[in-house]
Amino acid sequence: MTLDSKLPSGPIETAWQRTRFDLKLVNPANKRRHSIIVVGSGLAGGSAAATLGELGYNVRCFCFQDSPRRAHSIAAQGGINAAKNYQNDGDSVYRLFYDTVKGGDFRAREANVYRLAEISVSIIDQCVAQGVPFAREYGGALTNRSFGGAQVSRTFYARGQTGQQLLLGAYQALERQVHEGTVTMYPRTEMLDLIVIDGRARGIVTRNLITGELDVHIADAVILGTGGYGNVYYLSTNAKGSNVTASWRAHRRGALFANPCYTQIHPTCIPVSGDYQSKLTLMSESLRNDGRIWVPVKKGDKRSPDQIPESERDYYLERRYPSFGNLVPRDVASRNAKAVCDEGRGVGETGLGVYLDFSDAIKRLGRHVISERYGNLFDMYQRITDEDPYKVPMRIYPAIHYTMGGLWVDYHLQSTIPGLFVLGEANFSDHGANRLGASALMQGLSDGYFVIPYTIGNYLATNKFPKADASHPEAQAAVASVRQITDKLLSIKGHRTVDSFHRELGKIMWDECGMSRTAEGLKKAIGQIRALREEFWQNVNVPGSGDDLNQSLEKAGRVADFFELGELMCIDALERNESCGGHFREEYQTAEGEAQRDDEHYSYVAAWGYRGPGNAPELIKEPLEFDYVHPSQRSYK
Amino acid sequence: MSASTAVTADQNRAPGFWQSTNGKKAVMAVTGAIMFLFIIGHVAGNLQIFEGPDKLNAYGHFLHSIGEILWVVRVVLIASVILHITATVQLALRNKAARPVGYSRKQAINSSYASRTMYWSGPIVLVFIIFHLLQFTAGYIHPGSQFIEGDVYHNVVAGFQVWWVSVWYIFAVSLLGLHLRHGIWSAFQSIGYNHPRHTPLLKKAALIIALLITLGYISIPISVLLGLVK
Amino acid sequence: MKLTLKIWRQKSRNDKGQFVTYTMNDVNPEMSMLECLDVLNETLIEKGEEPVAFEHDCREGICGSCGFMINGVAHGPERATTVCQLTMRHFKDGQELVIEPWRAKAFPQIKDLVVDRRAFDRIIASGGYVSISTGNATDGNTHLIGKDTSDRAMDAAACIGCGACVAACPNASAALFTGAKIAHLGILPQGKPEQDRRARGMVAQLNTEPFGSCTNIGECTGACPKEIPLEVISVMNRDYIRASWKKRDDDVRTVRPVTDWSLSSKP
Repeated sequence: MTLDSKLPSGPIETAWQRTRFDLKLVNPANKRRHSIIVVGSGLAGGSAAATLGELGYNVRCFCFQDSPRRAHSIAAQGGINAAKNYQNDGDSVYRLFYDTVKGGDFRAREANVYRLAEISVSIIDQCVAQGVPFAREYGGALTNRSFGGAQVSRTFYARGQTGQQLLLGAYQALERQVHEGTVTMYPRTEMLDLIVIDGRARGIVTRNLITGELDVHIADAVILGTGGYGNVYYLSTNAKGSNVTASWRAHRRGALFANPCYTQIHPTCIPVSGDYQSKLTLMSESLRNDGRIWVPVKKGDKRSPDQIPESERDYYLERRYPSFGNLVPRDVASRNAKAVCDEGRGVGETGLGVYLDFSDAIKRLGRHVISERYGNLFDMYQRITDEDPYKVPMRIYPAIHYTMGGLWVDYHLQSTIPGLFVLGEANFSDHGANRLGASALMQGLSDGYFVIPYTIGNYLATNKFPKADASHPEAQAAVASVRQITDKLLSIKGHRTVDSFHRELGKIMWDECGMSRTAEGLKKAIGQIRALREEFWQNVNVPGSGDDLNQSLEKAGRVADFFELGELMCIDALERNESCGGHFREEYQTAEGEAQRDDEHYSYVAAWGYRGPGNAPELIKEPLEFDYVHPSQRSYK
Repeated sequence: MSASTAVTADQNRAPGFWQSTNGKKAVMAVTGAIMFLFIIGHVAGNLQIFEGPDKLNAYGHFLHSIGEILWVVRVVLIASVILHITATVQLALRNKAARPVGYSRKQAINSSYASRTMYWSGPIVLVFIIFHLLQFTAGYIHPGSQFIEGDVYHNVVAGFQVWWVSVWYIFAVSLLGLHLRHGIWSAFQSIGYNHPRHTPLLKKAALIIALLITLGYISIPISVLLGLVK
Repeated sequence: MKLTLKIWRQKSRNDKGQFVTYTMNDVNPEMSMLECLDVLNETLIEKGEEPVAFEHDCREGICGSCGFMINGVAHGPERATTVCQLTMRHFKDGQELVIEPWRAKAFPQIKDLVVDRRAFDRIIASGGYVSISTGNATDGNTHLIGKDTSDRAMDAAACIGCGACVAACPNASAALFTGAKIAHLGILPQGKPEQDRRARGMVAQLNTEPFGSCTNIGECTGACPKEIPLEVISVMNRDYIRASWKKRDDDVRTVRPVTDWSLSSKP
C-alpha cells in the first residue's frame, strides 16, 4: 500500500488557493440531500458541524458529554496564534509557517503547515465576528502575547480562557444551526464503531449513554473531531473523558494511525501530590513570559525558596538558551526540567518540581499588571495548592498534554478509508513531532471552519452514495461487534476496577514511553502492556448493566482501546531510532543532551495499519520533503 | 429515525410579554413604583397630625374636595394592587412548580433577609391595608370609639389609643418597610437598570428610604400611645 | 481526616431515591471533592456495589460538567470554586457532608448526582449567538472595542453553564445563565444588530422551559463559580423590555422542552 497524500505541486504560497479551485463543488440545491456525521463537538468537530450546516448539508453531530459546550477544547488557556502582524514585529504567514515546521522538528508536511499559517488570519476574523471577547488595548485594537518557540508576539487570547471562548463561539454557531434545523445534535452519545460499506465510511454505531441503546447512523461521509489520546497515560492534562475510542475503532476498520509516539509534554503543570490524583492541572505556558524558571544549584537543597540567595539559584533555561530563555519550545523546557530533577535538584515534597518565579516581574511591572495578565491562573494555583504565587514561587512539573500523532489524513483531511475525514488533534497532520504553544486551537478551527467545507464537498460531488440503512449487513456486523465487547466487559466481573488498570497502564507508559525513551524500556513496556491487557480481559470488574447510565462501562471500553494504542505507541517509538520533538530516545542525543534527529533514515511519517488482534501492525511510510524550510538542528540558544 | 435525544424539536409560538416571567416582573416593578409614590404621599399627609387637628382635618377635606381626581388615583392604585398581586401569585405558583423535589438542606449565602421574606411580608401588608381602609377610610371597624366622618384627627387618635390596633399597625408597617427595602432597588433591576457603582448606592438609599418611611408611619401610633398626641 | 458522606442515590428518573451514608476514614486534605468520590467509588466497586454516578470532565473548573450541593450550598462552601477544584482541606475532620444533585424541574434527574441540563442548550439555540456564517467576517480590527467594553463582555462570557445558578436559586430560575449570554453578546458591537431578536428569542425559550422566575435576590451570583454579576439579569430585562416594545411582528419561535433520551428506532 502506498499513501497518496494529495499534496499540491507548485509554489506553496498559492497551493491551497489552487487546490480549492480544483475541488469539485456541490450544487447548493443538492447540499441538503447529503448527510454528514460529525463525531465530536470541540473546536474541530463543532466548527465543522456548524459550517457544514451553514452551507446547507444535513448534519448530525455526536458528543459523549451532556452538551457540545463541554468538549475538552474548552480547557485551553493560553491563546491562539495568527500571523496578523498587528504588533508590527516582523510576523508573516511565512514566519508562522517557518516557526511551526521548525518547532515540529521537521516532521510535519510543509504544505499542510503553510495552509494552517495562511488560514490563521481568517480564524481570528471569524472568531471576532462571532463575539469572542479577545483581549484588547485601551484604544480598542486586539492585543497579543508571546508564546514559546516564537520571537514575535502573535498569540491572541481571552484572559486565561481562550479555549473556552473560542469553543463557545463554535458552540453558539453550532446551536444556531440546530435552531435552523440543519444540524441535529446528539449529546451523551458515544461512537463505538465505524460502518464501512463497499470500502467507504458510511456511518457509525453509537451507544446512548443514558439508555444504553445501540443505534446505527448512516450518512454519506463521517468526520471525526474526537481529540487526542493523552489519557493513555492516565495522568495528563486532558479531561477525564477524553479518549481514543472513536479513532481507534476507525483504525481497526482500516484507517491508518500515524506517528502515535509523538506526544507532547507540557512543561508547566502543577506537580502530582498523591496516589489519589486523578488528573494534572495545566498552568498556561503564557506564564513563562514573565515567570523565571529555576532550581537550587545544590542537590537536595531543602531550604524554602526565599532562603535561597540569587547566587545559589540556577536559572537553567536562561543559562542554556540565552536567546529564547524561558520561552524555549515545550519539549525543550520539559526535558530540561526532567534533567534537573533527575540530578536531584528538584523542589517540593517529591523532588519532582521546579520553581516558576514571578518576583522579578512583580518588582518590575507591579502586582496589578501580573494580576491583570495571569490573575485567574494564580487563583487556580492557590485554590489547588494553598500557596500564594504572588509571594511564593509556583512549583511546576511537566505533564502529558497533547498528542501530535493521530489518524493519518491526506491534504484533504481524508483518512485511508474514503469518506472518513479526521480533524484537529485526532489527526496527525500539522504539528510534526512537537506542537508549538497556541497552535492547537488554530489547527482545530482551521480544519473545521476553513478546510473541511471545501474538501468534503469534493468528496461528495465526485462519488455516488447508494441507499443504505441500519439493516445493511455491514451495519449489523458493526452493531454485533459493539454488543459483543459490551457484553464481554460486563460479564467478566473480576476483582480489579477499571481505574486500577488504567493507572497501571499509565505508569508503564509514563515510565517507558514518556519524556524520554530507550529501546530496552520500550521492549519491556510492550511485554508489560500485553500482560496487563490479558489480565484486564480476565479480571476487570465492571459493575452494573448495559442498559442505563454506567460510567464504569464507558471507562472500561475506553481503557480497552488504550491498551492497544499504548502498545502501538511503544512499537512506533521503538521503530523510530532517532530523537525528534516530543519523541526523545536517550540513545540519540547530542553531546549537549539535545535531541538528535536522523533525517537520512527517519524523515517520514510512520503510518500503522491494523492487522487483527495479536498481530504485529503494518508500517507504511510517507516520506517527507522539505522544499522551503531546510532541516537543521533546532537551536534556541 | 426520530431524534429525541437531539436538541431540535417542534417549534411553538413564543410566550407574550405578560406570559413571560420577565414581563410580569416589569409590571410588578412599575405597579410597585406607583404604590411607592402613594406611600410617600400618604406618610407626608399623615405627619400633619403633629401640626394639630385643624391642619390634618383640612388636609382630609382637601382630598375629598378634589373629587374625580381622587377617584382616578384610587382606580390607578387599585389596578396596581391587583396587577402586583396577580403577577406575584402567578410567579409564586410557577416558582413552586419549578422545584417539585426540594433540598434536604439549603443554605442561603448571598440574599438579604428582606428579599427572602417578600412572599409573606407582601400578603400580611395586604391584609393590613384592607383592615386599615375599613378602619380609617370607611369606618366599618373602629374599635374603642365612634368613627366620625370628616374628623380625621379624632378617628386616628381614638383608633390608636386601642393598644392592639397600634401594635398591629406598627408590625405591619415594619413589614412594609422590609418589603420596600428589597422592592425599591429590585424594581430597578426588573426594568433593566443595574450599574456596579450606582446599584450599591441605590441599595443603601433603599434601606434609608424604607427606614424613614417606616419611622414616619409608626411615629403616629407611638405618639398616640405615649400621649404626645391627644 | 475522617468524613461522613450522605449522598443522594437514585437509580433512574422514576426511582424514588434516598440518601445513603458512607464513612470515609482516610481522606487526604489535598484531594479534590471529586477525587474523594473517586476513592469512594473504588471501594464501592471492590465491594461489589454500584459506584456513585456524578458528572465530571475537565476537572479544571472550566467545562461546567461537575456540580452538586454540599450541605445546601451549590459547589460547596468555597466561593468561585467548582467541586472539581474544591480541596478537602476546606472541611473539618469528622464533618458530615450532605451531597445531593441540582434540583429543578427543568433539570430532570438522570441518576444519582447526574441531571439533564439540555434546557441550557435550547436557550442558547434560541438566539445566543451572532448570526455570522463562516467566511463573512471582516478584519478583526474593523471594530475597535474599548478595553472596558471588552472586559465587561468577557466577565459575562465566562459562564461555564454548570447550572449552579439554577440550583442555588430558591425559584430554580435560569435568569443568570440567560442574562450572561445576552449581556456578553449585547455589549459587543458585533452582537448589536441582533440584540432585540436575541433577547426576545432567548427570553421566550427561558420561559418555555419550566424554570422559575427571578426575584432579584442574588443567590445565583453567590453560587456562581465564575462570579457572573447580577447586572447581567438587568441587561436581559432591559433588552427584553426594549425589544418587546419595538417589535413589529411575532416571528419568534420556541422549541418544546424534551426530557426523553431514547431514540425510537432500534438497529
